[in-house]
Amino acid sequence: MNFRTLEELSNDAKKLIADYVSRIDDIKAKERTKIPAQEMPAQDPEVRKHNLEEVALGYTMEQARIEAMRCLQCVKKTCIDDCPVKIDIPRFINHIAHEEFQDAADVIKEASLLPAICGRVCPQETQCQSNCAVGKALKDVDKSVAIGRLERFIADWERSTGKIAVPEVKPETGKKVAVVGSGPAGLVVAADCRREGHHVTVFEAFHKLGGVLRYGIPEFRLPNDIIDKEIETLTAMGVEIKTNFVVGRTRKLLDLINKDGYHAVFVGTGAGLPLFMGIEGENLVGVFSANEYLTRANLMRAFEKGKADTPIYPSKNVAVLGGGNVAMDSARMAKRLGAENVYVVYRRTEKEMPARKEEVAHAKEEGIEFYFLQNAKRILGNEQGKVRAMECLRYELGEPDDSGRRRPVVIPNSEFTLDVDTVIVAIGNSSNPLISQTTPEIKVNKWGNILVDETQKTSSERIFAGGDIVLGAATVILAMGEGRRAAAAINKMLAEEIEKEKAGMN
Amino acid sequence: MSKILFKKQLSKDVFLMRLHAPLIAEERSAGQFIILQVNEDYGERIPLTIADADTKEGSITIIFQVVGKSTTLLSELNEGDDIPTLVGPLGRPTHIENFGTVVCVGGGIGVAPLHPIAQALKNAGNHVITIIGARTKDLIILEEEMKSIADEFILCTDDGSYGRKALVTQPLKEICERNPKPNMVIAIGPPIMMKFCSETTRPYEVFTQVSLNTIMVDGTGMCGGCRVNVGKEIKFVCVDGPEFDGHKVDFDNMMARLNSYKEIERAAHNCYLEAEIKAKEALR
Ligand SMILES: Cc1cc2nc3c(=O)[nH]c(=O)nc-3n(C[C@H](O)[C@H](O)[C@H](O)COP(=O)(O)OP(=O)(O)OC[C@H]3O[C@@H](n4cnc5c(N)ncnc54)[C@H](O)[C@@H]3O)c2cc1C
Ligand SMILES: Cc1cc2nc3c(=O)[nH]c(=O)nc-3n(C[C@H](O)[C@H](O)[C@H](O)COP(=O)(O)OP(=O)(O)OC[C@H]3O[C@@H](n4cnc5c(N)ncnc54)[C@H](O)[C@@H]3O)c2cc1C
Ligand code: SF4
Ligand code: FES
Repeated sequence: MNFRTLEELSNDAKKLIADYVSRIDDIKAKERTKIPAQEMPAQDPEVRKHNLEEVALGYTMEQARIEAMRCLQCVKKTCIDDCPVKIDIPRFINHIAHEEFQDAADVIKEASLLPAICGRVCPQETQCQSNCAVGKALKDVDKSVAIGRLERFIADWERSTGKIAVPEVKPETGKKVAVVGSGPAGLVVAADCRREGHHVTVFEAFHKLGGVLRYGIPEFRLPNDIIDKEIETLTAMGVEIKTNFVVGRTRKLLDLINKDGYHAVFVGTGAGLPLFMGIEGENLVGVFSANEYLTRANLMRAFEKGKADTPIYPSKNVAVLGGGNVAMDSARMAKRLGAENVYVVYRRTEKEMPARKEEVAHAKEEGIEFYFLQNAKRILGNEQGKVRAMECLRYELGEPDDSGRRRPVVIPNSEFTLDVDTVIVAIGNSSNPLISQTTPEIKVNKWGNILVDETQKTSSERIFAGGDIVLGAATVILAMGEGRRAAAAINKMLAEEIEKEKAGMN
Repeated sequence: MSKILFKKQLSKDVFLMRLHAPLIAEERSAGQFIILQVNEDYGERIPLTIADADTKEGSITIIFQVVGKSTTLLSELNEGDDIPTLVGPLGRPTHIENFGTVVCVGGGIGVAPLHPIAQALKNAGNHVITIIGARTKDLIILEEEMKSIADEFILCTDDGSYGRKALVTQPLKEICERNPKPNMVIAIGPPIMMKFCSETTRPYEVFTQVSLNTIMVDGTGMCGGCRVNVGKEIKFVCVDGPEFDGHKVDFDNMMARLNSYKEIERAAHNCYLEAEIKAKEALR
C-alpha cells in the first residue's frame, strides 16, 4: 500500500463530506457500505522510525464523520456484544456523524473511563470490530467500521477542548481504600471509589504512575501526556498518590488493613514477571526481556541519549522472539534506537499472531522483517560472553491445539543461524509473585494468578484483585473492566458498613 | 522523597549517608537493599545496601563508593538535600541463626553490607571471625565497627600498606584448614573476590554465602536484568537474592553481564566529569 499523507487523506475527506452531510439520514444501508473506509493518517515511516512521536495521527473531523456514516445502526448490535465494557457503540457513532461530539463523549464515558487509551491500544479487530455488519457485508474484517479510531477521535477532541470536567466527588465517607499498582486496573478503581467519597491512596512501586501504559507501551503508540492527563484528573479528585512504595516490602499488605486503617484493598499489580525460553545462551550479554528493554527505553528515558543516565545496549542486528504487542513494541523500539536490522522470529504464521493488526502493519512499513514458522534453538556467544548469533529451527503447522490454533511442529534438521548481537525475549509475562509471597493468606492458582469470585474478591477479607494479576497477561480493556467490577463491589461493601454503623448509632 | 540527614566521607571515594526513611527503617532486616534515583526524570535507579537503620530517628544508612556518574551525583548532594526516589527495603533478608562459627569476609566497599549481617550473627550467638581487606590502606572502611563485633579479627591489604599483606582468600584458607572447620562463610565484595572466596572454600565443603551486586532496573522482579545462573537455574537477584550459595553461582557470566554497559557508562561518566571541570573553570 502506498503511503498517503495526512494532507491527502484530509483533502479527500473534505471533498466527500458535503454530499453525505446533505442527506445524512437518508443514506441507504447499501450505499453506506460503499462509503470509502477512512485510512488512519500516520507519520511517514521513513521519518517515524527515527523518532518517538506518535505514529497514528488520528482522524480529521471530516474523516471521523465519514467513517461514522458507514455505520448501519444495526438492530442486532454485535459490536456492543463484543465490547468487553459494553460501550453503546452505534449511539456514540451516530453522534459523531451528526457532529455532536460532546454527546458522543458522554455516551462513551457511561461505560469506559479511559477512551483515549483504549481507542489506541484495544485489539478492536478481535473485539467490537470482529463481527461488525459492515465488515461482514464487505467480507473483510479490516473494512469494519473503525470503532477504535472513532473512540480515539472523540477522546482526543474532548481533551483538545480543555474542558474535561473533573468527576464529581460525593461527601467524604471516612472510609479508606488502598489501591496497589497504578496500571489501568488500579487507576479505574481509584476513580470509581473516590467518586463515592472514600479516601483513596494509590501505592505504586515505581517512581512514575501508569503501569504497563508507562513502562511497557512506547510513546509512539501511547504518548505520556495522555497518561499524565488521566492522573491529573485523579489528583484533582483528591486521590492520594504514593510512589516508590512496594506493597509487601515497604509495608505488608495486611498491615495496610490492620495497622494503617484501610477498609478495603485492591490489588492490581499486573503480570510483571518476564518469561524466558529456557534455552542455552539466554544469559549472555545482549539478551534482554522485553520488559527490561522497554523499561529502559520508556520509563528510564534511555531513548533520549545523552540526557538519560540509564544506558541501553547498542545494537546492530536484533532478533525479537514472540508475536504479540510486546514483540512489536520491542522490535519497533529497537529500530528507533538505531538497529539496522530487526527480525521478529515467531513460531507460527502471521495469521496466529496475537499482536494488533495495525501494529504489525506499522512494523512492516518501518522495515521490521518477519520470520514466521521459525524459533530460537539456542543463542551463541563470543569469547566475551556477548551474543554473536542465534541458532533457529524451522516449523510447520500441524494439528490444532487447545486454543484452536494449529500447533507448530519442528522440522527435523532445519537448523540455521541468524547473525545478531541482541536478542529480545517477548514471549510473555506471568504474574508478579511479590504479593503472594509476602501475603500467603491470598489464594493463587498454579500460575500465581490471584483467585477471585465474581465480584473480584479474593480469599481474604476486604481484599480485592483484578487485571493481569488475576487474568494473566491480558489487555488494557479487560484490566479496566475488572477494576470497575472490583470498585463496584468495594463501594457496595463500604456503603453497607456505613449503613450498619448508622443503624448501630441510633 | 527522602532528606539527607547526615553525610560523612569515609575514605577517598567512599561516603556514608543517613537518609530519612521511617517506613524502610521499620521494615528492613540485614541483607536488604534500597534503590534510589538522584533525578526522577532522567536518573538511573541504583541499588545500595542498607548498612544500618535507626527506627527512633526514622533513618537508614547507606555507604557507597563513587564508581560512575550516578554515584558521583549522589556524592555531591549534601545534608538537607532531598533524594527524589528512594524505594525499599528490597530483596530477601539474610537468614540468621546460630550456625556455630561463621567467617565474615568483606572486600572493599563490601564491608558496608557485611557489617549488619556480622552484627546480627553475633547477636544470634555465633562465633564470628572477620576478615576485611582492600587494595590499600586508604580503602579500608568500618575497621573499628567490625573489630568491635568480631571474636577474631583479621585485616589485610593487597599492597601490605596496612595489616597483613595478603588477599582475603589466604587467611580464609587457613581458617578452613582448622579443626573443626568453620560452619559457614559469608563473603561480600567485588565479584572477583567472591568468586575466589567460593573457590577457596569449595574443597573444604564449607557453605559459602555471597551477596551479588548485579545490574538492576526495577528491583521488584519485573525486568530480569539482574538474572544470574545459580546451579542449573536462572535466578533474579532482586527478588530471589541478593544472597546465594557461592559454590553454585556462575561468576564469569555474572561479571560479563555486569560489564554490559561498561563502555557507555565510562563515556557518560567522563563526559559528566569534563562538563563539571569546564563549569568550575568558567566560575574562576
Ligand atoms: C509492551 C506491552 C504492550 C502491550 N500492548 C497492549 C495493547 O496494545 N493493547 C492492550 O489492550 N494491551 C496491551 N498490553 C497489555 C496491557 O498493558 C496489560 O494487560 C495491562 O496494562 C494490565 O493492567 P494492570 O492494571 O492489571 O497491570 P499493569 O499495567 O501491569 O500495572 C501494574 C502496576 O503495579 C505496580 N506494582 C506491581 N507490584 C507492586 C507492589 N507490590 N506494590 C506497588 N505497586 C506494584 C507495577 O509497578 C505496575 O505499575 C501490553 C503489554 C505490554 C507489556
Ligand atoms: C543489591 C546491591 C547492593 C549494592 N550495595 C552497594 C553498596 O552498599 N555500596 C556501593 O557502593 N555499591 C553497592 N552496589 C553497587 C552499586 O549499585 C553500583 O556501584 C552503582 O549502581 C554504580 O552506579 P554509577 O552510575 O555510579 O556507575 P556506572 O557508571 O553505572 O558504573 C560504573 C562501573 O561500575 C560497575 N557497575 C555498574 N553497576 C554496578 C553494580 N550494580 N554493582 C557493581 N558494579 C557496578 C560497572 O562495571 C561500571 O563499569 C550494590 C549493588 C547491588 C545490586
Ligand atoms: S455492528 Fe458495525 S455497523 Fe452495526 S452498529 Fe455496530 S459498528 Fe455499526
Ligand atoms: S532488577 Fe529487574 S528483575 Fe531484578
